[in-house]
Order: sequence, then C-alpha cells, then structure tokens
Amino acid sequence: MKRSSSIVLVAVLIAFVAGWLTRAGSSSSVSATASSPLADAFYVTLAAFLTLAILSFLYKDNPYYKFAEHLFVGVSAAYWMSVGFWSTIVGNLFPRISSGLSAYFGVPFKDFTIYYFVPLVFGVLLLMRLSSKAGWLSRWSLAFIVGTTAGLNLVRYLRSDFITQVSNTFVPLLVNWRGSGAFFSDFSLSASGQFALSLSNWVIFLGVFCGLVYFFFSKEHKGFFGGASKMGIWILMITFGASFGYTVMGRISILVGRLTFLFHNWLGIID
Amino acid sequence: MNNLGLVTSLLIIGVGLVWFLIRSIQGREVERRIIFIFIGLAVAAPILFKISFSEKATPIVKAVYDQIEKLPANSKVLISYDYDPAMAPEVGPMTDAFVRHAMAKGLRVYFMTLWATGQPLIVTAVDEIIKKEFPEKKDGIDYVNLGYKAGGTGVLNVIITDIRKMYLTDVNGVNIDSMEIMHGIRSLRDMNLLVSVGGGLPGVKEWILFAGDPGHIPTAGGCAAVTAPLLYPYYPNQLLGLLGGIKGAAEYESELKKEYPRLINAPQPGIKMMGPQTLAHLIIMAFVVIGNITYFIRKRRS
Repeated sequence: MKRSSSIVLVAVLIAFVAGWLTRAGSSSSVSATASSPLADAFYVTLAAFLTLAILSFLYKDNPYYKFAEHLFVGVSAAYWMSVGFWSTIVGNLFPRISSGLSAYFGVPFKDFTIYYFVPLVFGVLLLMRLSSKAGWLSRWSLAFIVGTTAGLNLVRYLRSDFITQVSNTFVPLLVNWRGSGAFFSDFSLSASGQFALSLSNWVIFLGVFCGLVYFFFSKEHKGFFGGASKMGIWILMITFGASFGYTVMGRISILVGRLTFLFHNWLGIID
Repeated sequence: MNNLGLVTSLLIIGVGLVWFLIRSIQGREVERRIIFIFIGLAVAAPILFKISFSEKATPIVKAVYDQIEKLPANSKVLISYDYDPAMAPEVGPMTDAFVRHAMAKGLRVYFMTLWATGQPLIVTAVDEIIKKEFPEKKDGIDYVNLGYKAGGTGVLNVIITDIRKMYLTDVNGVNIDSMEIMHGIRSLRDMNLLVSVGGGLPGVKEWILFAGDPGHIPTAGGCAAVTAPLLYPYYPNQLLGLLGGIKGAAEYESELKKEYPRLINAPQPGIKMMGPQTLAHLIIMAFVVIGNITYFIRKRRS
C-alpha cells in the first residue's frame, strides 16, 4: 500500500471512530433493535461508512468501494442461504421426514412423507457442484429445475401473458357510446370521462398495431405500411422515454433514501 | 422555511444549469463528476429544506385504494414483500401505506415474501407500524407473518391450491393451525385481495401470472419505477391497480391522509421524497434540452 493511501485510510478510520463516539455520546437510541447507545452508534456509523464507500465509486474505483461491494455480496449470499435453510429445510422438510429433527429445531412435526426425500436428494446433488470430481451429479438437479420451470412458465406465460394479453387488446374504440348527442353534451377531459377512455383505447389499438407493423420485416416498409411502421417507431420511442423517466425516478428515490439516512440517522440534522 | 428552501434550491439549480449551458455552447466538456455533485446537491437541498408538493391520486393508484376501501372489516388481504433493503427507499413507503390502510380498515393481513431479504422488512413493519400505531391489533388474530419460502414462482404454484404444503408455521415457529387468523384459509383463493410489492423476479408480474390470473383473485401491485412500464399492460383486466415508483406511493399516502384523520401524523416518506424527485426530474429534462441545443449549435458550426 502506498504511503498516501495509508494516510487516507488512517484519516478515514479516525474520522469514523470519532463520529461513532460522538454519536454514542449524543444520542440515546436511533433504532429499536440496538442493545446500547454505543452499539447503536456503531451500527449507524458503519452503515454510513458503507454508504459513502459505495458512493465513492462515482469519483473512481477505489479500495473502499471494493470492500463495501464484496461485503455486500458476501453478506447477501450468506443471508439468503441462512434464511433458506431455516425457512425451507427446517420449516418444510424436517416436519415431513423426522420427528426427532422437528423436535430438535422446535417446529411441529406434520406427518412422515417419503417423497420429501426426493427434493432432499436433489438438493444434496446440487451441492455436488462444489466438488470437481462429482460436479456432474448436480446436472440431474439442474435438469429437474430447468424442466420444471420451463413447464410451469410455458403454461402460465402462454395463458396469462399471451392469450389474455391479446384479448386485453380488443378494446371498445367508443367507450359507453350512447350517440353523438350524448357524447358532445357530456364532453369531459377527465381521466374517467368517455372521451379520455375512448382516446386511451385508440392509442392502445393504434400503438399495438403500428408497433407490430414495425417488427414485420417480410414486407418492404413503403406506402401505408411504411407510414404505420414509422408510427410504430414513434410509439416505441415514447415507450422508451417513459421507461427512462421511470428509471430516473427509481435511481433518484434510492439516492434520496441514502441521503435521508445520512442526514437523519447518522448526522441527525433533519427530523 | 419551505419557500426559502425552494428558492435556494431553485437558485442552486438555475445557476448550475446556466453554467452547464454556457460551457456546453463553448464546446467544452463537462466532467461527469461535476454532474454527479450537481445532482447530489440538487437532491440534498430539497431534503434539508423539506420541500414537498401536494399529490392527487391518479386512477391507477385510486383503483387500489378504492379496492381496499370497499372491503368489509375482517376481509383477508395478503401483502407480499418481494424486495430487498436496496429497493426499500422506493417501494417501502407503499407497503407501509398498505399496512396502515389495512389496519385502519380492520382487515386481516397475511404477510409473506418471495425474497429472503423481505423477511426482516416485514418484521420491521410489524414492529414500527402495527405494534406502535395499532397496539390493539394481535398477532395471529389480526395479522400473521408467514415469512419467506424458497422457490419463487414454485411457491405460488403450490399455495394457489394449498397454503399448508408450504407454510406449517409462521416466521416465529408458531403452528399456523393454532392461529385464529388461519381458520378457514386453505389456499390463496380464500384471500379477498393479493398485494405484491417489489421490483424484481419474482415480483408483481409473477403474482399475476401464477396466482391472480389462474385463481381469479383480485391482485394489486406496487413496484419499483423501472418495472412500472412493463406492468401497465396488465392494468386493468389482470391487475386492478398499480403504484409505480415513489410517485405512486406519494399519491396513495395523499389519499390516506385525506380520508383517515388518525393517519395524518403518520410518516409519509413518499410525499417527502417527491420534492427532491421533482427538482431532479427538472434537472434531467434541462440536461436533455441543453444537450440538444449544444448538438444543433455544433452541427451548424461544423
């Protein structure tokens, strides 16, 4: 490690330890889960350090970012495995295969079901992936997982995501039509009004039609077909624009969440 | 303070944008780190000055609110926390609002999650919202935390026919058959409403495809902003309503605040977040405009 890096590391450590002790002295409690102000302040300071370490990537890649990233990935993986063990193996498997194990882990024994050994064996085979010699055995489990997932998804996606979606596109182009007299006398631009709903359905109809035309490459895009294709491009661009707007909103929300944590929980400068 | 904060924030943003415009027209590059600092300041200022704007529920959000509102007391609502702490600032306000609404309405709430990381978030919601704001509500009678089960869509595929094949106990290890809230509940089809909040896989879409649609169970959703455009096609036939991003949460909170006086003083993170959101979006739009102006000026010069 370079001398300048060592100095920065020491300065960062001193700053955060000082922040921890100051926070412990100034506040009684920040979260409901901490056992003492010292521990409470430590967790908050650690979280603040990790937040700033992740944000430091915006400046450039650095060891603080790498440390926080690796810690996050490691903790996440361990957490998922731990919760998976307690909720699925202890919660679902043991109550079906062993009264002794159920009693040991304090879960109610349901009834002995022999076919619950099948997922147990598949689970063990999946862990064979960790062995270089017996790794091939995990393919049996993976084949089962891939086959099952494909089978389940095929049916559900075909029915709910394809057929029902096609049916959802068949919308009335004149919603609640009671004649032109009633249409103009009750004309309203409100979102639930007849005009707005009809317009919305026209947009759906034309949008889907033109979008599909754009992706139809067996015919040259000329004349009416070319016009519909160009309209399809506009529809796609508007869709991508909406997605971009939502993406900006999502990222800013996460930034607001982190800044609120730093200002409220760590620095205590806002309520 | 609010007006002063708004003026200060707009001043920071205005001066920054003019500087960006001048620099861009001169043909000089703006380093990305300066843009990051600018966005950071523009988001931090409204947080510090507590700038917020009024919200009004759009039909897609109001549909979810109305559905919960029209359920009679003791109706069964399942809320699935399909997200992790990284997504929590965005979708956490939605689940908080749903929990408050359901509790205030006297509904029975069944918590579950298809993400392991959602489990502690349910515990936090129970501790921070139900136990503090609704101390009269009892675990096992008014609400139950079923926790996490591995399997994603596989879990949904099982519990659509039999919940007990997957859930024998609640998250604390209590036998669900001993709980009053589970009496008469055999599968998801016994629920009056399914609410999934998330933004990844499995999430709202999987709840529609594997539970709501095949079981003909009313399904509502709340999702991270990036996922919202992908879910709009399911509204209104397969998804009765959707809260998209923090804007959806803010709209729902505004409805709650309007109709429930006891929730006026409850935290409203969604509404609070819309101040920084609005200003940040103005900046992004300004960046797009500045970028286009610069592009056309350079094109003319060349």
